Formats: sequence, C-alpha cells, structure tokens
Amino acid sequence: MSLWIWLLGALAAIAALAWIGLWAARRLSGNAPRYRDMSYGVAFGYALALAAIAAGIWLWMKPGAVYFRWAVMGFAICAVAAFLFRLAGRHLGPERLKRQFRKMPLTAAFGILVILIYAFVAIFAGWIAPHGQEAVLGAANVVPGGDPAMGGDPAFPLGTDRIGRDILSRLIYGAQNTVGLAFATTLLAFFLGGSLGLLAAVVGGWLDQVLSRGVDVLMAIPSLIFALLLLTIASVWADGARGLLTFYMVLIIAVIDSTRVFRLARSVGIGIVVMDYVEAAKLRGEGMGHLVFREILPNAMAPLLAEFGLRFCFVFLTIASLSFLGVGIQPPLADWGTMVRDLAQFINFAAFAPMVALAPLLPALAIAILTVGVNFVVDWMLHRASGLKS
Amino acid sequence: MTPLLEIRDLRIEGRSDEEWHPIINGVDLTLGRGEVLGLIGESGAGKSTLGLAAMGYVRDGVRISGGSVMFDGIDLMNASTEEKRSLLGRRIAYVAQSAAASFNPAHKLIDQHVEAPVRHGVQDRGESIEDAIELYAKLRLPNPEEIGFRYPHQVSGGQLQRAMTAMAMSCRPDLIIFDEPTTALDVTTQIEVLAAIRDIVDQFGTSAIYITHDLAVVAQMADRIKVLLRGDEVETAPTREMLDAPREDYTKSLWAVRGYHRPEKPKPGPESVPILAVEGVTAAYGEQVVLNEVSFDIHPGRTVAVVGESGSGKSTTARVITGLLPPRSGVVRFEGEALPPSYRQRSKDQLRQIQMIYQMADTALNPRQSIAQIVGRPVRFYSGLKGRRLAARVDELLEQIELDPAIYRDRLPGELSGGQKQRVGIARALAAEPRLIICDEVTSALDQLVAEGILKLLARLQDELGLSYMFITHDLATVKAIADEVVVMKEGRVIEQGPKTEMFTPPHHPYTDLLLSSVPEMDPDWLDRLLAERRVEALGEAATDKM
Repeated sequence: MSLWIWLLGALAAIAALAWIGLWAARRLSGNAPRYRDMSYGVAFGYALALAAIAAGIWLWMKPGAVYFRWAVMGFAICAVAAFLFRLAGRHLGPERLKRQFRKMPLTAAFGILVILIYAFVAIFAGWIAPHGQEAVLGAANVVPGGDPAMGGDPAFPLGTDRIGRDILSRLIYGAQNTVGLAFATTLLAFFLGGSLGLLAAVVGGWLDQVLSRGVDVLMAIPSLIFALLLLTIASVWADGARGLLTFYMVLIIAVIDSTRVFRLARSVGIGIVVMDYVEAAKLRGEGMGHLVFREILPNAMAPLLAEFGLRFCFVFLTIASLSFLGVGIQPPLADWGTMVRDLAQFINFAAFAPMVALAPLLPALAIAILTVGVNFVVDWMLHRASGLKS
Repeated sequence: MTPLLEIRDLRIEGRSDEEWHPIINGVDLTLGRGEVLGLIGESGAGKSTLGLAAMGYVRDGVRISGGSVMFDGIDLMNASTEEKRSLLGRRIAYVAQSAAASFNPAHKLIDQHVEAPVRHGVQDRGESIEDAIELYAKLRLPNPEEIGFRYPHQVSGGQLQRAMTAMAMSCRPDLIIFDEPTTALDVTTQIEVLAAIRDIVDQFGTSAIYITHDLAVVAQMADRIKVLLRGDEVETAPTREMLDAPREDYTKSLWAVRGYHRPEKPKPGPESVPILAVEGVTAAYGEQVVLNEVSFDIHPGRTVAVVGESGSGKSTTARVITGLLPPRSGVVRFEGEALPPSYRQRSKDQLRQIQMIYQMADTALNPRQSIAQIVGRPVRFYSGLKGRRLAARVDELLEQIELDPAIYRDRLPGELSGGQKQRVGIARALAAEPRLIICDEVTSALDQLVAEGILKLLARLQDELGLSYMFITHDLATVKAIADEVVVMKEGRVIEQGPKTEMFTPPHHPYTDLLLSSVPEMDPDWLDRLLAERRVEALGEAATDKM
C-alpha cells in the first residue's frame, strides 16, 4: 500500500515540476515560441526524464547496486564503441561504404559492430578459445573474475562450470554452434518459404490455395510445442547419433519457420505482381524463372532481408530454448541455451555474491546482445526500405 | 483597406539527403477580400507548399526560412499554436486534391462536417447540421437532406469533392485554399464541381487561392493569376490580361502547348487490311460485363484514339487486345489473322508485334533495373543480340527517344523525371520492333509541357517507323492534337466512331457532345456560356416533357 502512495506522490511531484518549469521557462525566455507553443504533455515528458536521471544517479550511489552500475557502464562502453566504429567507417574504406556510414544511426552502427564481432568469434573459435569446449580442466565451480581471494583463478577469467570446463572457451564455441546452426536454419527457411511464397503469388489459383492452406495448418500448431513433438520423434529415428539429431533439428525448425516467410513473401509478391512492369514482362512472353528472380525478387528484397534478421533471432532463440529443454544441441557441445540451464542455480547467489551469479548471466547476455544488435540493423534496413527519411 | 492575406519575400526550404534545399525563393503574394487568385505551375513548382504556407503551416521536413505571412493583420509566422488553432478551420480553410483520401473513411460526412463549427464554438451540432444541408443544396448535391449521413465510400468522387468544399465553408471562412480540387475528376464531373465552387465563393464573398496546373480551369475560376516556376514567381496579372497578352516567355510556352496540332492523315484505301481489327468483343470480370460488342479497326500507320470517362471500358479493351483478359465472345485479328484469346497461347512473334506504354511510368519500369537493362531485355529476348551489339542497339534506342545514352544508360528509374521515365517506357516498347503500340493514358500523369514533348516524340516515331497507335485517353485536347480516328466509348459500348475531322464537327451523338463541350477552354467566359447553354437546353427538355 505504501508503495502506491509513494508512486502517486512521485507522479504528483513530477507533474508539479513540469508545470512550474514550463511557467518559469516562459517567463524567463520572454515567451519565446519554443516554450510558448510547448504543450503541458511535452513539459511533463521533460520532467519525467529529469526524475529518471535523478533516480539513476541515486541508484548509482547505493553500494548494493552492483548490476546497475555494470549495466550503465556496459551501455556507455557499447555506445562509445558504436560511435568509434561509425567514425572509422566514415573515414575509411571505399566511397560507397562511407556514404552508407554517414547516414547511419548509432543503433545501426552498434548492430553491425555486434554482428561483425560475433561472426569473427564464431569463425575463428578454434584459434581464439584458450581451451577445448569439451575439455574438463580439474577445478570445478571457479568463480568468474579471476580474483583468488573471491574464489576465482587467473587461468579461468570467467570461471569454470560444475564439472570444470572453462566458461570463456565454451562461450566462444557456443557462438559457433548456436549462431552457425541458427544461420543455416534461417537460410533454409528462407529458401523454402521465399521461393514457394513468390511462386504462389505469381501463379495464384489452386497452387496458391493448396500452399496457403497447408501453411495455415502448420501455423495453427504452437511452434515450440510442435518442434518439441517432432524432435521427440526424430530422436527415436536418429537412434542416438548426435549429428543426425542436430540435422533433424535444423530441418524441423526450418520447415516450421518457413511458414512465416511464406506468408510474407506471398503478400509482398502479390503487391509486386500487379505492377505494370511485371505485366509488361508477362506480355513479352517471359518464363516463370525470369518473372520470379529478375522482376519480383529484387523488389521484394528489402522486406525479405528485414524479415531475415528478425527470423534469425527467433530461430536462434528457438534453438536456445530447445537446448535449454534438453532436445536441441546435445552435450558436450557448447551452446548458450544449455549453458544457461546448467549454470542456472548460481543465480540464487546474486544478492550476496554478484560474481558467482554472473556465470549463468554471461551466456544469456550473449544471446540478448546479438538479438538486440540484429534488431537494430533490421530496423534500420526497414526504415531505408520504406523510404522514410529523418 | 488592408489586404486579407499578404505574403512578403517568403522563403521555404525542404530537407533531403541531410541538406536543406530551397523550395520557394522569395515569393510575394497579396490577396484582397473576395478575390480569387489562381496559382499555376508545373509539378515541383512549389504551388502546394505556398498554398499551405498561406495558412502558416508547412509539411514535415520543410521549414520557412524567411519572409512574412500576414493574415488580416495577424502575423502567422509568429503566432502561437493557440492563435493558429483558432484561425484554421474557422477563418482559413483548406480543400485538398483528393477528397477520397482526405475524408476519414470511418466517420459519416456530417460528423466530419460539424467538427470544426462545434469545436470553434460557431454553431452547436444541430445548427451546424441544418447549415450543412443548406450548403449541400447550394453545391447542388443530390439529396442534400440525406447525403451527409453516408460514409465517404458511399458517395462518388465529384460529390465527395463538393462535400469537402461544403465542409471548408462550414464556418464561413474568409479564405479558402483549393489545392487542385478537380484534377482527379472526369471532365464531365469537373464542370459541376467548378460551377459549384465558383457560385459558393461568389455568394459568400470568400477569398480563395486556387491551385492547379490546368490553365483552362484557372481561367474560369480566378480574378488574377500567378505563375510559378521552380519556386520563383514568373508573373502575376489579372486573368484576362494574362490570357490575352502573357509577358514572359515561360508563360507564353505554357499557353502555346494547346496549340500543338497534327493534321489528319489521308484515309486508307478500301483494299487496306487493318493491322488490328476488334470484332464484336464482349468481355466480363466474373459476372460483371464490362465490354459489350465492341468493334473497331486500326489501319497501318494511323492513330486511333479511344476516349471516354473512367469506367467506360477503354483500358479493358486494351487488356483484351493484349490477351490479359480473354473475351467472352468476339475476336481480335492482327493483319487479318485471329489472335489466340490469351497471351499465354500467343507465339513470341505475335506478342512482339503489339506493345504497350503505360500511364504510370513509376509502376511500368522495374525500379531495381538500370535503364540499359530495362530497354535491353526485350531486344535480347526477341532478337537474341548479346554483348556489344546489344549495347549498341540500346544506345540507338535511347537516342531515338532523345535521351543521351552516355548519361542515362546506367541510371535507375528513380533517378529520372516523370517525362524521362515515360520516354524509357516508349524505348522499351520500341525495342521489340512492334507494328502496333497501345498507349494507355501516357500523358495524363505529366505536366503539359512535358506531355507535349511526348506527343511530338510519338508522332515523329510514327513517321519514321510507320507505327500504328491505339491511343487511350480521356483528354480531348490530346485527341485533337494527334488522332486520325476517334472511338468514343461509354459503359462498355462504342457510342460513335469515325475520322477526327468528322468527329469534331457537329452534329454529334449527344454523349460525344457532352464530352466535347466539357473540355475547358482558355476563355474566362467559357464556363458561364456553357452553363447558360445547358440551362436553356434543360429548360427546353423540361418543356417538351410537359407537352
């Protein structure tokens, strides 16, 4: 109850601050248009922002708020890194690339930087990682931080897990396994859904009906449950062969996700098929291949690419959650979803030993940052495709 | 007495590619009480931007960088949002180009009409509804008692435009800005809207700024005309003076456009085989019959214009000829030989012979292909040319349409102007080396000067290559300029057809007469005269009905 009273009081204070601030600004500036035409709602927004900043500073001062301080510092580091990356892009490289960087918002620069780093780490995991992903190195449950006084070990900067495998190495290999598989799955989903969707749009009629209703049936079943069900069947078929099970998993997720791609490709395609240039190509006597790949696909590219980014995130999260549930990527292969599950108990120590609780948060953070980064890039591409200019 | 609206040295800039570009460079404008000022110019001349600035408003991404706008002694540039809010809708109103896009489709007309008067406290809802019905009657809307209680989609385009004018009138504003209110309408509908707008503006002594690109329309409406060119004023003069003796070269060139005229070619001999013969074609979309027993011939080297209002079946005829819509009955013959009904069954050579040029060059050219790809594809597809010979042929085609290949070969359609895009559309049709080209409203989306250039180009190509044209249009000025024969269509039927000179000399079929007389002329008295004539006719008919 007191919390509610407290919240209401704070709101009232902010409202009063906004009113007084607006009045004062009008008086002091001699009724300049900027303040004269500012509505109370906007002034309230400014007051709210001020209050939020004040609350942030207060929280920063509190000794217990370790994670908050880390988050703020992490945010600042990310922002600076993105800014430097964009600055570098604006002054290095070929002219066309420079022009792209000049128009780029900071969020998109951050997204691209994240994707580049992840791709680099995934490709060169074998060289970067200090240990093998399956190597059991003796000391179990080493605390992250590398400080022996706190139970850490300088040899394992991010600690080890319950059976003594190096978490840093497993994080790096996890990029390869999780991101690589997600990428392959998304590509397959796009190949399936994209080509069938555009074909349905061009041909129309009964082919469109058959494909669309088939997709409706697949979409009617909740995707995670459906994937679980199919994977259970597949694990019987795979009969313990790990590679085969992973292959089945890629196939199943690709088919389930291709339904969404199909929907998008079909609706985008239908919008393009009615264009006069497609009609002109039809009247010229062009074949289906030319129509789909030369006339329609280039114009459907922007929304499809944007969808690719989003879909990649969803596939990635699906794989992580399947692994968390134990039917995805099989141990001892490193995978971020599995790592979160394995280290989950440590989260209970968060209140009194922040470093210990960091262990399960690191793979979760790896997932979160990639998702955010990819979405930033997708937003930017959608923005450019829609022709909106800020 | 001070003028109602006074704009001094107004400068407006728009933002694109992270830079500010000038849109209006220091234009002055003075509007007296009860005066109607016509604002004309090509697209991109800044007419609409200037019109909106007269309300103290600019669109997003646009800013006023200098000058002043005084409305009845109020400085709109420095007025607060509150002050502007009390003026807009009440003392200054705006009528947009497309009423269909400006009405909220989810609310009834009357609910949108009463919003301004109720909000500004001019009238309460009941009074305002009564007033709306009166205004609807004044604007000669059918069923003024009930029409307001319909949704926008239940009312025709011309009626909607008048309802919008009534809405602008609802608070009896001192100034109305009309932004191309009749551009999207058919000629026959345009007349009604023009007459209605003019009457009501006269009646209430409202001042108005009338924005349009059609000189003949502005001649009917305005007391004074101001000509704009790329953000600069060219000249301003009272309407009659401007029409009789334009001072500037640019204005003269605008006036001269309507003078383009191509003499009718001699009639084909009796033994001439028509290149295209449409014989008794009936076509339908599902159950809806849209073409009814349509027949006409096109002889080699001639231009046949197919005219009619929107919905008359002109474009459907083109779809039947190209094979996109197989007819229900009837046949299309090419050089005496029956074409298969669907384009899918036609041979490559049959497809090559008939090419199309589209109305909207924006949607007719693939935005992701370069000009060389767009023009080169048909060349390669039909003749199999490759490599350097293909490139040479493309250059030759671009030279034929008067575009410099070195500059335009590698550009994308988005980097061309409207007229240039339409030229590329022509080049693509030529690339197939056809005998017949179907031109579907090819000039109606273009400014008059640019349209004239396209018509001249088509005429030149016809002389050089012996092409035949089927020219679909609703613009009779275009027909007068280039046609040899005219086919008049209405509701899917051919009403009248014949050589141009015959068609343009009386007696006409009544519908042809209506179409012809509805084309605005560059004479300020034309609308008055026409309305007077029609009124006399209507009275005469009423009298005969009684007897």
